[in-house]
Amino acid sequence: MEFKDLFYYPFILGAIYLFGVVIWRFTKWFIGLSKIDKIRVRIGLFSKKTLKSIWESIREGLLHRNVFRNNKLLGYMHMSLAFGWFLLIVVGHFEASSYHGSMFFPFQHSVFFRYYVTDNVDFPGHVFFAYAMEILLFFVLSGVMLAYFKRFRSKAFGMKRTTRMRYGDRIGLTALWLIFPMRFLCETFTAGVYHNGSPIFNNIGDAFASLGNLEPWLNPLWLTYSIVLGVFFVALPYTRYMHIPAEINLIFLRNWGVTLKERRVNTYTLAQVYSCSRCGICIDACQLNLAGIKNSQSVYVLKNIRNKNLTDEVLFNCLICGKCQEACPVGIDVNKLRITQRIETTRQYNSSYDYLKTSEAKKTDIVYFAGCMTHLTPAIKKSMLQILDAAGENYWFMDENKAPCCGRPLMTAGQFDAAQKLIDTNTKMILDSGAKKLLVTCPICYKVFKEDYTLPNVEVVHHSEYILDLVKQGKITLKASDKNVVYHDPCELGRGSGIYDQPRELLSQSVTVKPIAHEREKALCCGGSLSNLKISMDERSVLSAQVMNEFASYNPDYVVTSCPLCKKTFAKTDILPVKDLAEVVVENLTPRS
Amino acid sequence: MDFGFSTLEARSIDFDKFDGRILRYVLQYEPSLLVCLSCGGCTATCSAGNLTDFNIRRLQLMLRRGEVENLQTEINKCMLCGKCLLVCPRGVNLRNVVMLIKKALVHFKNQEN
Ligand code: SF4
Ligand code: SF4
Ligand code: SF4
Ligand code: SF4
Ligand code: SF4
Repeated sequence: MEFKDLFYYPFILGAIYLFGVVIWRFTKWFIGLSKIDKIRVRIGLFSKKTLKSIWESIREGLLHRNVFRNNKLLGYMHMSLAFGWFLLIVVGHFEASSYHGSMFFPFQHSVFFRYYVTDNVDFPGHVFFAYAMEILLFFVLSGVMLAYFKRFRSKAFGMKRTTRMRYGDRIGLTALWLIFPMRFLCETFTAGVYHNGSPIFNNIGDAFASLGNLEPWLNPLWLTYSIVLGVFFVALPYTRYMHIPAEINLIFLRNWGVTLKERRVNTYTLAQVYSCSRCGICIDACQLNLAGIKNSQSVYVLKNIRNKNLTDEVLFNCLICGKCQEACPVGIDVNKLRITQRIETTRQYNSSYDYLKTSEAKKTDIVYFAGCMTHLTPAIKKSMLQILDAAGENYWFMDENKAPCCGRPLMTAGQFDAAQKLIDTNTKMILDSGAKKLLVTCPICYKVFKEDYTLPNVEVVHHSEYILDLVKQGKITLKASDKNVVYHDPCELGRGSGIYDQPRELLSQSVTVKPIAHEREKALCCGGSLSNLKISMDERSVLSAQVMNEFASYNPDYVVTSCPLCKKTFAKTDILPVKDLAEVVVENLTPRS
Repeated sequence: MDFGFSTLEARSIDFDKFDGRILRYVLQYEPSLLVCLSCGGCTATCSAGNLTDFNIRRLQLMLRRGEVENLQTEINKCMLCGKCLLVCPRGVNLRNVVMLIKKALVHFKNQEN
């Protein structure tokens, strides 16, 4: 056999291997899904969701719109590589089709087109194709250059840090970095010998030719190109580049409605883990960096799950603030993923809380559950009771004297079975009261009551919603003041529960809320989160002080929040006065005439 | 024998029963326990202590004195609510101590079997 029949084998074999491994993994992941998820997939398959997924795959997998939104330069890098390469394949295929006059020909003829077609360059559209393919190659090469640059100077991208690499990743990365420069050399050298390119490559080829005879170089170059491609394909499943097929797979699964709700680690975990491109955006979004915690950000957890070396020290050193999830361009559900891992590691030591007893419930319209944190901030509790009295509401203060915790801190620590005991006890008390509404002054409680309790016919309301409602119904009236405030969105209420407008609307009745840089979805965490079991007090203080200093730069009269834990955490910094929504309302309450 | 002084039962450490494994395990991962000054703030605010005779400060003392028999039943009463963390004047990360004790108990039990 001649060289021309052999040199493409590394490429073809690599591609077949890659294809096999990817199909094998996808199948394994599908089989491992829960029964209900499999039904979701079957129903979703022939619905609009599939079309939506195709569009989303193009938008995210090729164009990388979400990365663009976050960081233009990084977006361009990802797009030029992905979209550029995709176009090279597609346009290359059309070029070869035009030459062969048919859509069917051996695959390698389009990939190594310039190797095969050196003489007869006169086929329909050959000038267009030559220009198009060369410009596309430059487009991809610009992305490769940026990638080199990013590896060595990540600051130029406005990113604090880039991800660390492992051995396999290095092989994959080196191969990927070599592919396009190799292709460039192959095609320009070939053009230098045969003039089968556009004037661009022909001229570059001539320039190379002036240095010596290019012909003996051609076969080794094309063979190297084929090997580099093959190596990249074989390495891909074992490196972060697995994210390329995995992300597409994830988009489809997610749109079909597959979730991690089963509270067990199943293969959907893996489908997500492998979709992480290690873009590093989550590292940048994470406040823990400030406190010098640099190994527990989401990307590292995903990597550790994949490499099976996740430790408790890393897993539990996270505020579950959700900032990284908000920023992740792939849309990986990192919070839930982390919590399911916590469930797994602590499964062996859940508590039973046999001592819990339900006390007698009082018949009422509204149950007020203050929660542990509100009990630690008596001013909030007092204000809330004052508002309830002023509005003349018929309520029962459920945990005035004794009550178990709501269970959310246990849940974020992974202790779901233990939390269930608390949930059952509280549920019984609430339902026994016959109340229609459950009022809470703590977003942590709010989230768990809303999402994990089964309370038929009981509406769970956070005090921001509830007080706003009282104002709208005319049950209380507020007077205006000339105070300027900054409002802090608590993680559990904002990103966690999507409540951004009600607190602001309520505040605007009596004070002016100044817009700030990190608000709503982009709000910072106060640093007090109970979900982090590892962080030290000193590290927490660093985070809170940073947030408070940012608030101070807006010169507000005071800071308002709607979470007792945020209030307590901020108050410790002694930088600005901090008040809860309820306190602001009480200060501006006009007595009934 | 009379040495001219007596010992208080509550203040003595019985070295025959002393089991320091759990303490060492906890301290390895949560050294902040060392700075506890036994002020009792945590116990005063404790949610679980509000419902039972659970006493987190005493539990730490038991741990330090290597008395681990009752540790398991006691430690399981904590609800991880976080109040102790917020009142502690020394910033002792008690919730992590609780989780580490729970983990250590399972860990050493598995080791024995
Ligand atoms: S988790 Fe998301 S943001 Fe973080 S590196 Fe992976 S893809 Fe990027
Ligand atoms: S949830 Fe918050 S603390 Fe945890 S890794 Fe993400 S950004 Fe960092
Ligand atoms: S969320 Fe916090 S404040 Fe609310 S009940 Fe639970 S521990 Fe207590
Ligand atoms: S509050 Fe802190 S210092 Fe006081 S006994 Fe408890 S852990 Fe120790
Ligand atoms: S976390 Fe545990 S020990 Fe601390 S106050 Fe709550 S119940 Fe008590």
